[in-house]
Amino acid sequence: MLYFSVPLGKLVRRVSRLRGGGSALPGLVVEKIDPGFMRRTLSTLPHGVAVVSGTNGKTTTTKMVVELLESQGLKVFTNRTGSNFTRGVAAALLGEVDWRGRLDADVAVLELDEAHAVHFVNSVPPRYCLLLNVLRDQLDRFGEIDKTAQLLQHIAAKTTGTVVLNREDPRVARIAESLTGQDVKYFGLDDSLLSTFPNDDDMRTAPGSPAPAGLPEKPAADVVLRKVGADTAEFEYDGATVTTGMKLRGVYNIFNAAAALTLARSICGSGAATANHDALLEALSRVAPAFGRGESLTVDGQPLDLVLVKNPSGFRLGLKSFPAGGYATMIAINDNYADGRDMSWLWDVEFESLREGGVDQLTGSRAYDMALRLQYDDVPIGNVEPDITPALAAFIREAQGKPKRIFCTYTAMLAIRRELSKITTVEVVS
Amino acid sequence: MSQAGTDSATENSAGKGTLRVVQLYPRDMNIYGDWGNALVLQQRIRWHGYTPELLEYNVGDPFPDDVDIIVGGGGQDSGQLVIQDDLQARAGVLKDLAEDGAPMLVICGLYQLFGHFFKTRTGAVIPGIGILDVETHGTEERLIGNVKVATPEFGEVLGYENHSGQTTLGSGVRPLGSTPKGMGNNSSDGHEGARYRNIVASYLHGSLLPKNPAIADFLIRTAAERKYGSFVPGHPDDSYAELAREHAARRPR
Repeated sequence: MLYFSVPLGKLVRRVSRLRGGGSALPGLVVEKIDPGFMRRTLSTLPHGVAVVSGTNGKTTTTKMVVELLESQGLKVFTNRTGSNFTRGVAAALLGEVDWRGRLDADVAVLELDEAHAVHFVNSVPPRYCLLLNVLRDQLDRFGEIDKTAQLLQHIAAKTTGTVVLNREDPRVARIAESLTGQDVKYFGLDDSLLSTFPNDDDMRTAPGSPAPAGLPEKPAADVVLRKVGADTAEFEYDGATVTTGMKLRGVYNIFNAAAALTLARSICGSGAATANHDALLEALSRVAPAFGRGESLTVDGQPLDLVLVKNPSGFRLGLKSFPAGGYATMIAINDNYADGRDMSWLWDVEFESLREGGVDQLTGSRAYDMALRLQYDDVPIGNVEPDITPALAAFIREAQGKPKRIFCTYTAMLAIRRELSKITTVEVVS
Repeated sequence: MSQAGTDSATENSAGKGTLRVVQLYPRDMNIYGDWGNALVLQQRIRWHGYTPELLEYNVGDPFPDDVDIIVGGGGQDSGQLVIQDDLQARAGVLKDLAEDGAPMLVICGLYQLFGHFFKTRTGAVIPGIGILDVETHGTEERLIGNVKVATPEFGEVLGYENHSGQTTLGSGVRPLGSTPKGMGNNSSDGHEGARYRNIVASYLHGSLLPKNPAIADFLIRTAAERKYGSFVPGHPDDSYAELAREHAARRPR
């Protein structure tokens, strides 16, 4: 069986690609006929497997870790297609292994959705894990936020080497208390930046359970983000402060850079042991955001920012990180499965910051839910058109000559990117 | 751009008086947009020409006087544990208000705790305050999805449910309505929510009040009549609410 599974899986992958199909089918096939495939293949990697999980920022952070490790000359396997389910990992592996099932890589860095990560670590215990945050995301999928924290705790417990935790998220930081054998490292935020980084427990609508107390004493962090400038950031590690240029925008993205740096330092050594310190910083300064995460395109000679919003804290951070002044604004809200069907989350975001300039265009299957939400925050509304294609065209036409910003849910963003690809250069992800 | 909702009603707001809304346990029992219900009450009171006063009541606070409307939300199991002793201590004042006809909206977790008890999956019993003749049993099954409720008082009510506690009604309450789409109180009897005096209890998030202004206005009207003897409505612009309802009603479960 073992001998056939890889060639067969690769064949299925080719056929399904020819048919324009999704990425999960070949993964499913190989999982069914050869359940040990993933563990067997990944266990051969000299630096093992690193899992990145949490509610927000997985994709950008994973991308950063990969680029940081590559700057150190490591060959990295990752699930780039954004298919952050176990089957997606199996499918991505099939694309990379040779016909005999060997993977030419030093380390695997995998972005995994919380629930799927649990499934994954049960069959492939990772050497490293990086746990970013627990926020209210698709609670309609996972149930409750405390349950999501338990999922992350399980990932940490299955990790054999180093667990990297967000010191500033009490639910994540406290995971350390349940760990016995693992090496624990933190990434942290300067006190002066904490206020620009609201978590759910600071929201008017707290997530239900009381905020757990943080750790009794703030532990020392391996990497601390000290300051954020217009296009620079200041990190502290190994007892020194370094300033580096930053292509990433938004404090939350740059905080994820501290997370990525901590994991990369765990994998390839910190301090004097780091192979090439300058290359690490250079790579950090060049990391561009993952698609839709504060990405800026050009339309009609003007910038058009795409800001992915998929939960209340992400939306609040987006509004805070990208001030409305001078921008034409569009909001696109879909309620497909991948977006979450429950619209309640819109009521946990405050939209006062849009009151002055108003919102020019609303779209998506729940455009009118968004309109209703804005009405109750006294935010002026331009046009409402649930169909994304005409809405986007009208927005670009009417906001001509102005920089534009679109806040969009996941599937709305995919649709918007497809439309934008007709008029500008944009990476289309299906 | 239009700024809907803020119609001429605000101009004569001085004359009609104040309505005091108390949010129960917003710190610990507030999930899935429950704040939306408080915000809608606050704004619509204004749009009807009255002056809203929104207060929060959390564990250990002194209980406010002259309460006109009570609104309470859902929580995780851990939130319910935090408030249960305080809620028992406030059972008397809440019961007196309920019997006196004060309008109340209780969603999900507080709906359950306004009943006799919540029995968890592991068999632990969290006592309720027994204002509503209902009991709730924790189950392995989570009821999740869009819900449509046919109600005799408020027409079609739309929302979103997400709960694993299943509630059965006693003879002392009547259901809010029946569920042509979704589950509601439990997975067997096709009813959603409970009505008793001027209490509206429901599992629905969404948030409930924005897309169901008829319920919001029932609470406001009842409060005004109880306090001032009559209610003089304003004219809120509900055109977005109507459109949001139309689109929501067509979405899959």
